[in-house]
Amino acid sequence: MSELGDTIREVIEREPVALFMKGNPRFVMCGNSDRALGALRALGAPVTVVDVLPDPRIRQELSALSGWPTIPQVFVGGELVGGADIIEELAESGELLDTLRARLGEDYATGEERVVDLMTPAR
Amino acid sequence: MKATAPTVTLQELLAGAFPEATELAVHDRTGGGDHFQVVLSTPRFVGLSLVDQHRLVYDALAGPLADGTIHELRIRTKGTP
Repeated sequence: MSELGDTIREVIEREPVALFMKGNPRFVMCGNSDRALGALRALGAPVTVVDVLPDPRIRQELSALSGWPTIPQVFVGGELVGGADIIEELAESGELLDTLRARLGEDYATGEERVVDLMTPAR
Repeated sequence: MKATAPTVTLQELLAGAFPEATELAVHDRTGGGDHFQVVLSTPRFVGLSLVDQHRLVYDALAGPLADGTIHELRIRTKGTP
């Protein structure tokens, strides 16, 4: 596993909700990333965003780790919950709320958003 | 919606991977031949999580996903009894 792969794994395991997307919350560069972010925001989830666009290796390493070929990818409590279609479907059925509560606790909804830049060495 | 050449390829790949499907449709969302919507229902999906259901669709479409034929893919799956 490369250093970048290790860093991605750390983000997935450490962050309550990790969203790998195209762009960032201020400049969303893809409709599907926007759908996933919107569904998480609607539930007040704390979202840690990683933009995959700065370097194609981010996406390659992420997909190698998750076995999921497309972007966005949403992880809650270290586990892949899905891409945009699944996140929307689970949001509609109420299961996304159940998952957030079950994995992060009843008081998960801080609504905090932050961006992790994988291409800057010091964090 | 017209059936572009890649639409037919995707349809054939999915039909080959899921011969038992009760519902299978591939739509070219933009007509540009690279944004697709897949709708797939099969008894094989019963009891599987959505992540696992979508993984099986991705597996069937690994070729066109890897070679860039598919720029964007929307998936709607269902387990049918």
